[in-house]
Amino acid sequence: MRLSSLFRTALVVGGLTAALFATGALAEVRLMGSGASFPAPLYARWFKDFSQANKGMRVDYQSKGSGAGIQDFINQVVDFAGSDAAMSDAEIGQVKDGVVLLPVTAGEIVLTYNLSGVETLRLPRAVYPAIFAGEITRWNDPRISAANPDVDLPDQDIRVVVRSDSSGTTYVFTGHLAAISESFQASVGHDKSPQWPRSATFVRAPKNDGVTATVRQTPGAIGYVEYGFAKLTNSPSALLENQAGNFVAGGAETGAAALASAEFPGGNLPGSEVPDLRAWITDPTGDQAYPIVSFTWLLFPETQDAAKAGVARDLVEYILTEGQQSADPMGYIPLPENVVETVRKVAQLIQ
Amino acid sequence: MALNPFEHAGAASTISGPPSEGDYLGDRLFRAVARACAGLIIALLLFILWEIGGLALPAMAQHGLGFVSGSTWNPGTQEFGVLPEIWGTLYSSLLALLLGGVFGVTIAIFLSQDFIEARLAVVFRTIVELLAAIPSVVYGLWGIFVVIPLLRPVAGWLHAQLSFIPLFATDLSGPGMAPAALVLAIMILPTVAAITVDAFRRIPYKVKEAAYGMGTTRWEAILKVMLPTASSGILAALVLGFGRALGETMALAMLIGNSNQINLSLFAPANTLASLLASSFPEAGQIEVQALMYAAVVLLLITLLVNIAGLGIQQYTVRKFEGKV
Repeated sequence: MRLSSLFRTALVVGGLTAALFATGALAEVRLMGSGASFPAPLYARWFKDFSQANKGMRVDYQSKGSGAGIQDFINQVVDFAGSDAAMSDAEIGQVKDGVVLLPVTAGEIVLTYNLSGVETLRLPRAVYPAIFAGEITRWNDPRISAANPDVDLPDQDIRVVVRSDSSGTTYVFTGHLAAISESFQASVGHDKSPQWPRSATFVRAPKNDGVTATVRQTPGAIGYVEYGFAKLTNSPSALLENQAGNFVAGGAETGAAALASAEFPGGNLPGSEVPDLRAWITDPTGDQAYPIVSFTWLLFPETQDAAKAGVARDLVEYILTEGQQSADPMGYIPLPENVVETVRKVAQLIQ
Repeated sequence: MALNPFEHAGAASTISGPPSEGDYLGDRLFRAVARACAGLIIALLLFILWEIGGLALPAMAQHGLGFVSGSTWNPGTQEFGVLPEIWGTLYSSLLALLLGGVFGVTIAIFLSQDFIEARLAVVFRTIVELLAAIPSVVYGLWGIFVVIPLLRPVAGWLHAQLSFIPLFATDLSGPGMAPAALVLAIMILPTVAAITVDAFRRIPYKVKEAAYGMGTTRWEAILKVMLPTASSGILAALVLGFGRALGETMALAMLIGNSNQINLSLFAPANTLASLLASSFPEAGQIEVQALMYAAVVLLLITLLVNIAGLGIQQYTVRKFEGKV
């Protein structure tokens, strides 16, 4: 046991040393990135596979949060960044070498709940924003039970679990709620850390895992998490009514249906020739489209040294081809074909 | 005739001889190192204050005292106020001190006043001190998975029966003040218990014997003689425990619910300064970081005030109960 583990360590060390020398001879090109934590598991997988498949290229990514990634990118601490909230015009203005914003994958946000014995919960379009605005406070509210005639809803407070940290997930989620409900827009607003109602039934938990754990531990709780987390933890999530009036569950197909309705703004990013790929799908239209989806972006500088630009273009090409296949099993949504084509074209502007 | 009968002793014995050059050097060196270490600690503290203060300065200039009295934390509109956090910090720490203090002192009496065999007492004491070695995150998880489910039926009953009392005005929705304060109490328990045991041990055995000799019962001896005599040590223990409770971060961030509201109810979610810092830092932009630094300064000030107040009370009790000046 001990000997074999020693042996294994020796092998690994030997292998690493060999790899080091081998790549050292080829003058390794290394890309450093930081940013969004939501796609971090997928990125970690991509960048590891990419670095292994391509000798002499190495990509590292540090999951710090979208805001921190954008700051690092502006300060030129990193070679690229990841962001769930793309970049604002003001932020783009601060970038010296120009920026190419590429959507690389997408995620869904699901409402996970804890109601014993409730297998399927349907939440109409008017109801779920009202729950998160603190307007509907009981599970047996007639507005909920009307949509769930077969379900025995308890006479219990709805305990709403939201994120305590400022996050891209919250930004996307409140973006959708604000788009479909004016009163939500007025009372809570669209923000990375909005003003949730101050009520004893609203609790905050850190990160996706914190929200998932709190919902699981709290009878009568509901919270929003990334689809990947709910899938990973087998948490039940609600069917949401979309714009077409259908109740749909989160998943790769419904997510792809939502992305299909994405329309890119059409113009260029402010102050540059790079097409603007900042599409917000706050209220997707398709029949079977899941209502809460969002792209997540990688940010590359428009100009940099040629070696790095080459690696960056190779990386994007890898992401658009092989990378997309690992998205679904990990709980992310692969990009639709038309988006892949657009991204491929725009990626050529990384020079 | 030998003039000096002790002459031979000077050179022969190293024990009673005058200090040598080496002794002097060692002595000086030790003093220098001790001074440097003491100085470094103070320098480090000043450096931390300088760093945090420097980063907080823009926020201080912009928000002024409104920061302490405001109750919104909204990075979007750049409104920052920490009154709910100050309230939550003090409220949770006081509750924890109340629970942890009573338990800690009781445990200390149990362990040091001959209730159990000395060897058994050592075992118990080690177990209590082991509590201090458990990482904060583990306490947080334990709180989520054990304390909250245990507390839920109790809280539900209290809320149903006694909701007219402000303490029970809301129902427990998972994380909240009560589970946070309970876990916090357990976290400060080893600090309070260990120092209180030491305070009892420092009392000369004669004092207890004298008390028994005057015909006191065991409880009279403990409550009227031992407790007052050890009071300054016990107070020091409580102040240290309170300080720990004020600064505790991770377990609270997981258990208190992080909701910016001021509510007297034990079962309502609240927030503390330390947990605000922990949960907001990773995604904070430049301006929010300045505000967070300001919050850190406020937390430092509260800790400082608590320690000064503790020191004051301690000196007062020393004068009153121990007859020293």
